[in-house]
Amino acid sequence: MRCFYKHLVFLAALTAGTAAWAQAPNYKNVGRAPTPDEIRAWDTAVGPAGKELPPGSGTAKEGADIFAEKCVVCHGPAGEGSQLAPRLVGGKGTLTTPQPVLTVGSYWAFATTIFDFIYKAMPRGQEGSLKPGQAYALTAFLLYKNDIIKDTDAIDAKTLPAIKMPNRDGFIPPQLKDIHDIKKRGCRLGHCP
Amino acid sequence: MNSKKSGRRQFLKNSAALAGLAAGAITPAGAAPPASETVEQLHAYGQRSHFESWTRKGKHLWPPEGQSGTRDYGFRNPIQYQSGMITPAPLHFTISHGHEPRDIDPTQHRLLIHGMVDRPLIFSLDELKRLPSVSRFHFVECNANSGPTGPTGAARRAPTATAQDTHGLTSCSLWTGVPLSLLLQQAGVQKSATWMIAEGADPPHHLKSIPIEKGMDDCLVAYGQNGEAVRPEQGYPLRLIVAGWEGINNVKWLRRIKLVDQPYMDMRESTKYPSLRLDGKARWFQFELGPKSVITRPSGGQQMAGPGYYEISGLAWSGGGAIRRVEISTDNGKTWTDAQIQDPVARKAHTRFVFPWEWNGEQVVLQSRSTDERNEVQPTRDEISKIWHIDMDYYNTSTNLVGHFNAIQPWKINRDGSVLNALFL
Repeated sequence: MRCFYKHLVFLAALTAGTAAWAQAPNYKNVGRAPTPDEIRAWDTAVGPAGKELPPGSGTAKEGADIFAEKCVVCHGPAGEGSQLAPRLVGGKGTLTTPQPVLTVGSYWAFATTIFDFIYKAMPRGQEGSLKPGQAYALTAFLLYKNDIIKDTDAIDAKTLPAIKMPNRDGFIPPQLKDIHDIKKRGCRLGHCP
Repeated sequence: MNSKKSGRRQFLKNSAALAGLAAGAITPAGAAPPASETVEQLHAYGQRSHFESWTRKGKHLWPPEGQSGTRDYGFRNPIQYQSGMITPAPLHFTISHGHEPRDIDPTQHRLLIHGMVDRPLIFSLDELKRLPSVSRFHFVECNANSGPTGPTGAARRAPTATAQDTHGLTSCSLWTGVPLSLLLQQAGVQKSATWMIAEGADPPHHLKSIPIEKGMDDCLVAYGQNGEAVRPEQGYPLRLIVAGWEGINNVKWLRRIKLVDQPYMDMRESTKYPSLRLDGKARWFQFELGPKSVITRPSGGQQMAGPGYYEISGLAWSGGGAIRRVEISTDNGKTWTDAQIQDPVARKAHTRFVFPWEWNGEQVVLQSRSTDERNEVQPTRDEISKIWHIDMDYYNTSTNLVGHFNAIQPWKINRDGSVLNALFL
């Protein structure tokens, strides 16, 4: 009986512990709530929905000058790439060949990825130096060079996520929501659906 | 929040320091120790014997001094000289992808957890160290490790390739830190959150989208590596360890985790890491790495001393869990015999295997084959080729990067005692 009681107490403690775990922080004065400014300063990565895109806008015409000034050193005058950086233009029709040319135009699925990467990671060595308008203009320039938009089209927080990239349907599974289940996705060698 | 002082000057300083390290490391075996080093200095922070001269191997062409050469594809771990199952931290492989090691002040570094959570939280490093900690052995492996195509394919296929050339993009450490699940529970993950994005404090802010199930499973926010702080080139002061999954998930210099409802399709995860198939369709998001193994002694580039007794020794690992079995073939794959698996055996960690063997001096091909706790067996090159519908020509000519290539590695020992990479012989 005593033994049973002991088990009961143990069980009760366990249950209480689990409930507390699920509901409230357990570790007093470890970590704090960030300020809205602290979150805003870092919450800059842009997903396909484009929710984090900053104000600003740019066209391919504007982007051409910035590209000539800041990008050609590595990516080449026509975006053809070099030993230092990948090709950015062309490659259509090569994905089924043994020498696929994977560029913004031939391969990339989301236009938001172009802005996100340029804005945070380019030019290499001067990351974070571009203003939003410059990053929009460079994004527009690459879209234009890949025959996706006109050189006068303005790219901004509204127009960018709405662009359908030429190879958007070239990926498996086609919809982002369908890659959610890890077990189905656990894909290597023969296990890919 | 975080130190903003880095920039180019700091980077150049770091590069100079790294160059100094490298110069020190390639001192030829047998050279006298530097005369300037006092006994106190030698005892303050130990160095290996100057007779031990093997180092990581790689190229780093940034900042560009010329336009020639190839882009950097990582510094490979000299896996063939490692004993046991731990990779010394200074030899742990690195792939920079433009993310240079940074000089981060740990007192200024912060980890922010926000997005779809009930209580956004921000932690200092000291605060994280006050939380319940765990230490776990885990490998980190590049998904391109041992891959036979793409930019480094030729060097990997070459008969002269060493185990460093073929399998040098994996390493194993004892990582110490806070379980990510604990931090996420503190923040209170909302039901709508299905993914998280993990982001680094490096200037290009490397980012990886990870399904929330994995975040709540066995991820670790690590500040310790093999008993000391995580090395700068490994993410000092904080690295996310995502056990068993492609190396790219293990975000270095971790500063932010945001709970979201879809993957963010960062440049690398959406354009460099999908597997492009022959039909032109590409498979997004392959996370877990399959069972793999490699014999490290004897292995490519080594020289047998002559007929007689040798212990065959190597490493096996799997993203699917613990290694349950390793078999050895000494007759080009005709027959297989169990090797002995040595402690410690940990899940999603390198595991050392050994096998007693006597070389009779004849030409022979040695191979190892691992099986993990899910009973998944490491395939042969031909089995992979069949699954992928590719022929030998494809390996030799395609520029397409074939990731997750975990084929059995054959080493051929010639009568003269030389050891060659026989994957494509």
